[in-house]
Amino acid sequence: MDAAFTVEELEFQREVQEFLEKDFPKDIRSRVEQRVHLGKEDYVRWQKILHKQGWAAPNWPVEHGGTGWSPVQKYIFAQEMAKVGAMEPVAFGMKMVAPVIYTYGSEEQKQRFLPDILASNVWWCQGYSEPNAGSDLASLKTTAVRDGDHYVVNGTKTWNTLGQYADWIFCLVRTDNTVKKQEGISFLLIDMKTPGIKLSPIYLIDGTPEVNEVYFDNVRVPAENLIGEENKGWTYAKVLLTHERTNIAGVPRSKTRLEKIKALAARTPDGSGGMMSDDPVFSKKIAETEIQVLALEYAELRTLAAVSTGKAPGPESSILKIVGTEATQYLDELFMELAALHSLPYVSEQFQADFEGEMIGEDGAAATALHYFNNRKQSIFGGSNEIQKNIISKAVLGL
Amino acid sequence: MDFSYSDEQQMLLDSVQKFVQRHYSFDDRKLIIESDTGFSAENWSLFAELGWLTVPFKLEDDGFGALATDLMVLMEEFGKAMVVEPFVPTAVLGGGLVSELGNSQQKADLIPQIMEGQLQLAAGLSEAQSRYNLANVSCTASAAGGNYVLNGKKVVVLNGPAADKIIVSARTSGEQNDEQGISLFLVDAGASGVSKQSYTNIDGHRAAEITLSNVSVTADSLLGELGGAYGTIVSVTDKATLAVCAEAVGALDSLLTKTVEYAKTRKQFGTAIGSFQALQHRMADMFIECQLARSITIMAAMKLDSDDSAQEKSKAVSAAKARVGKAIRKVGQDAVQLHGGIGITEELDVGHFFKRVTAIETLFGNSDFHSTRFAKL
Repeated sequence: MDAAFTVEELEFQREVQEFLEKDFPKDIRSRVEQRVHLGKEDYVRWQKILHKQGWAAPNWPVEHGGTGWSPVQKYIFAQEMAKVGAMEPVAFGMKMVAPVIYTYGSEEQKQRFLPDILASNVWWCQGYSEPNAGSDLASLKTTAVRDGDHYVVNGTKTWNTLGQYADWIFCLVRTDNTVKKQEGISFLLIDMKTPGIKLSPIYLIDGTPEVNEVYFDNVRVPAENLIGEENKGWTYAKVLLTHERTNIAGVPRSKTRLEKIKALAARTPDGSGGMMSDDPVFSKKIAETEIQVLALEYAELRTLAAVSTGKAPGPESSILKIVGTEATQYLDELFMELAALHSLPYVSEQFQADFEGEMIGEDGAAATALHYFNNRKQSIFGGSNEIQKNIISKAVLGL
Repeated sequence: MDFSYSDEQQMLLDSVQKFVQRHYSFDDRKLIIESDTGFSAENWSLFAELGWLTVPFKLEDDGFGALATDLMVLMEEFGKAMVVEPFVPTAVLGGGLVSELGNSQQKADLIPQIMEGQLQLAAGLSEAQSRYNLANVSCTASAAGGNYVLNGKKVVVLNGPAADKIIVSARTSGEQNDEQGISLFLVDAGASGVSKQSYTNIDGHRAAEITLSNVSVTADSLLGELGGAYGTIVSVTDKATLAVCAEAVGALDSLLTKTVEYAKTRKQFGTAIGSFQALQHRMADMFIECQLARSITIMAAMKLDSDDSAQEKSKAVSAAKARVGKAIRKVGQDAVQLHGGIGITEELDVGHFFKRVTAIETLFGNSDFHSTRFAKL
């Protein structure tokens, strides 16, 4: 057991810090700090910088453009990124479809898709959930029927995040209705420009059209876009979901937000002449959250260490999803509590880049409730926290 | 001991339910929120016609009796429909301050107009640095000739955009956090030196940041005694706090009902999700929260209608607000969670109930503020 960084690791940390200080664009950094909404162009620009450095995809195999870093190096990198508010590349391409492509895709698919994901030339979105297939994802009904060298896709996908910006969508589709529901699902890559695809935005309660319903009406997809074997899609997707879960703990980001809360509390009046950092009730809440995040951090480190000795992240990674999302949501509550009355105004226009009027509330106070509302999704998506508990009950505890 | 509703209360309840059925569907409400003013003038006239605007006023003011228990019955029904009309700022807060502190001339001028639906009020009692402490007033009023000159800024003033008159707390003597030395002034919204930044809150209610720069008001704009308004500011705010607690009780009940209904109809894994014991217990917990929120709100309303001391009343209101706030977190979050993604969409009412109760949790002091105040009283 040894939790200290080696000399080499400390050297690596300095290298990352210097890179971020120099190359993370100052204008993006300031927008992140002001809670100003970032555009697609910000993400693309930053990922291209990371790509040039060779650091866009720390988790990928080296032969496809990964860094070859140890788990500790990856951990250091994520932590330093979060400290300066540097965004991680959008997950749908980088963390979700890419692992499926490089694990189960053909050579041709790897060459065709991976370089553009790495360079942020092509954006991906996800077509998994359907109106009647949420937690019970395997009951999905969108069909893909083989017709010559094409599949013809029909159905509706929902909770499709950021599809309005995406060039491609990866979908789970039903290719066999006659077998057990998990055994008739295939994994299909679809160009969003294909005729017959229609997107309709779903507005969330924070006012953003962050998600969409996607309708497929006789969409013809070349059969070469099938990943792996027909009817094996569920197996591939499960691997992808495990990846999604291990990345969902968000420890570096939560630690950064905790530091922000402490700094904010030190300059937020308590109403009686002191500051909120002096308020024993609020201080206790911050301390308890910090302790929770610390426990989560070590739970994640133990998972990472296990992976580095050759084990795949197992069902224990459900812990990271549950505790990580709960921590994120609780931090939202603390920000909102600090903002007090100024958490109430709904003035989303002042968090757009071109806003020039007088801000209402200081330090992004008026964005805090919106974050709280929006982040309720965290315990719902990626396999709801209830589903994660089912996984723990069955796969870990053997109940 | 009698927890049953009086005939008047039953009538009040019936009349709100009838109104909501006819005029306040979720879609009606959406249109109202999107309108220029953010509330319906037609509805407001109806509120007057139905006598609801008299509920916060005393019999001697020709009101309904100013009973907190009556107010509670009305507000609970408002909560079930998420009524956004500015009843609390105009009738409970503004009306309450005029009723408690106004001289006979001021009362005669204003109260009939409020009850007839002709006058909109707002109370500017909070500032950027004051958090929930009503004694923390840096806004100043200095005597100049026969007038007072007001300077300062009030934040998140409910109904600020529509108010004809704004009641502003200002310091006429003492230090920033002193309870002594706080005075109230009636300020015309259109007076020279009054500027507003108007906006819609997360719950669809309207509010404004109101800046006063050398606003000159006449001596008869002073409401109550010079420097002695603090006690009444607290007692009237307590009543408004009770009102939103009751509103939350109604809204939380709606969230529970809708969640149970959804769990019975939403099918996953070949069965209604309400058949899963893990979710059944969550809903049982939500029910317990709703019942405790209702019980403590009734306790506080009865206390306000009693002859107990002002301190006892404040303590009861803090108990209610702290406990209701806890129920808001639990029931609000679980209602959304059990609905899944659809629970945080604009199209479903559940997310809007969630937003309204979350706003209520903050209004007039959150749970931490009120449990701390409870401990001190």
